Amino acid sequence: MQKTTRRLSTFLAALGLLLCSFSMQAKAADSTVTVAKNAPQVAGAEADKHAAEGEKEFNAVEMIMHHISDSNEWHLWTSTDENGEEHHVSIPLPVILYDGGFHFFMSSAIAHGHEHDGYTMEHGRVVSVQGKQRATIADLFTGLDNKFIDLSITKNVAGILISILVLMLIFTASRKAYQKNSGIPKGVAGFTEPVILFIRDEVAIPNIGHKQAGRFLPLLLTIFFFIWINNLLGLIPFFPGGTNVTGNIAVTMVLALITMVVVNVNGNKSYWGHIFKPPGVPAWLLPIMIPVEFLGILTKPFALMMRLFANITAGHIMILSLVSLIFMFKSVAIAPASVALALFVSVLELLVAALQAYIFTVLTALFIGMAVHEEHH
Amino acid sequence: MEAAGLIYVGIGLAVLGVGLGIGKIGGSAMDAIARQPEAAGKIQGAMLIAAGLIEGAGLIAIIFGAFVK
Repeated sequence: MQKTTRRLSTFLAALGLLLCSFSMQAKAADSTVTVAKNAPQVAGAEADKHAAEGEKEFNAVEMIMHHISDSNEWHLWTSTDENGEEHHVSIPLPVILYDGGFHFFMSSAIAHGHEHDGYTMEHGRVVSVQGKQRATIADLFTGLDNKFIDLSITKNVAGILISILVLMLIFTASRKAYQKNSGIPKGVAGFTEPVILFIRDEVAIPNIGHKQAGRFLPLLLTIFFFIWINNLLGLIPFFPGGTNVTGNIAVTMVLALITMVVVNVNGNKSYWGHIFKPPGVPAWLLPIMIPVEFLGILTKPFALMMRLFANITAGHIMILSLVSLIFMFKSVAIAPASVALALFVSVLELLVAALQAYIFTVLTALFIGMAVHEEHH
Repeated sequence: MEAAGLIYVGIGLAVLGVGLGIGKIGGSAMDAIARQPEAAGKIQGAMLIAAGLIEGAGLIAIIFGAFVK
């Protein structure tokens, strides 16, 4: 126990230091020059521009937004060489666009002001040089004239794929551990079994009931582990993590929609009865009660969506703001306090990561329980 | 006062409410643990869930304040 605690604290200390160094790299967030093979053509002109501007003013809001928003490339770090040129190191990601025809290319083809098929990149996002707008869901219904649909493997999508890989590694390893030790949890299974049993015995069965809990347990476990692993990966400030997947409102919306569909598809007679014919309510109150109850179908997943998104985003903003203080005051003296606070918030975020996954799972189980519960009168 | 300034007042109000709420949960949990120290683990779990839910409400207000212009 003591050994694990010590190991954990060493890891956390390393995490805090890396956070600090990472945000220093982030100082020059805007893409200008690259170390990729197309660098030499632009390097000269960009260096002149930078020399004229002098040192760039540190913009905390810009840096924070760059870190918490999605991007078409995976920016790793920026270094400045002795000539004052900035070198950006990014992992190129595939860009898939649809504007009447499909376009496939890597994001390195449009990085740093380059154009490809009429597209270029601004602040990490694909933009059209012909004035085409990024399509939203609403545009699917109102027409796609002069719009492009971005189906790219963005940073967040890559983050989801990495988290799926991590989840598959964890669970295939624990399955193998059970096979090898004839049902005794050893190795990774020793970690997954208590968590799975906790979800089954403390979340699923009390909320849904003995009879039905088994049907929904796979869903609850998937939601729990997906959110938890993504929250934790989001806290790692460098490559395999740092993607802010659960702090993206589209991801949390899909998770909440899954809950909404499962709840309403499995809703039994008494669930719908409580919405359209609330028992024990006088007839004159029904015109108010029915819309309110009906809105409840939508507000529950909406609250789930906003809670997860807001918690994770706010956590990232907190850590990044604390580290930004060093650059805003332009002093090393502020660094110890800033790093200590960032470390504290990071540890708090470890708790929040598990807590939010747990709350999402508990509320999903609660809503399912309300929908499938047999009425006892 | 400009509308942008009012956003910060709104964020402050949201945080005030959340602070009061979490404070009350923490206080009640302390009372409960003092009465029944053997149930401390269960009380802490319930306290964290309630605090997480309230924190969510506050954060929703803050995010709306920060992003919705």
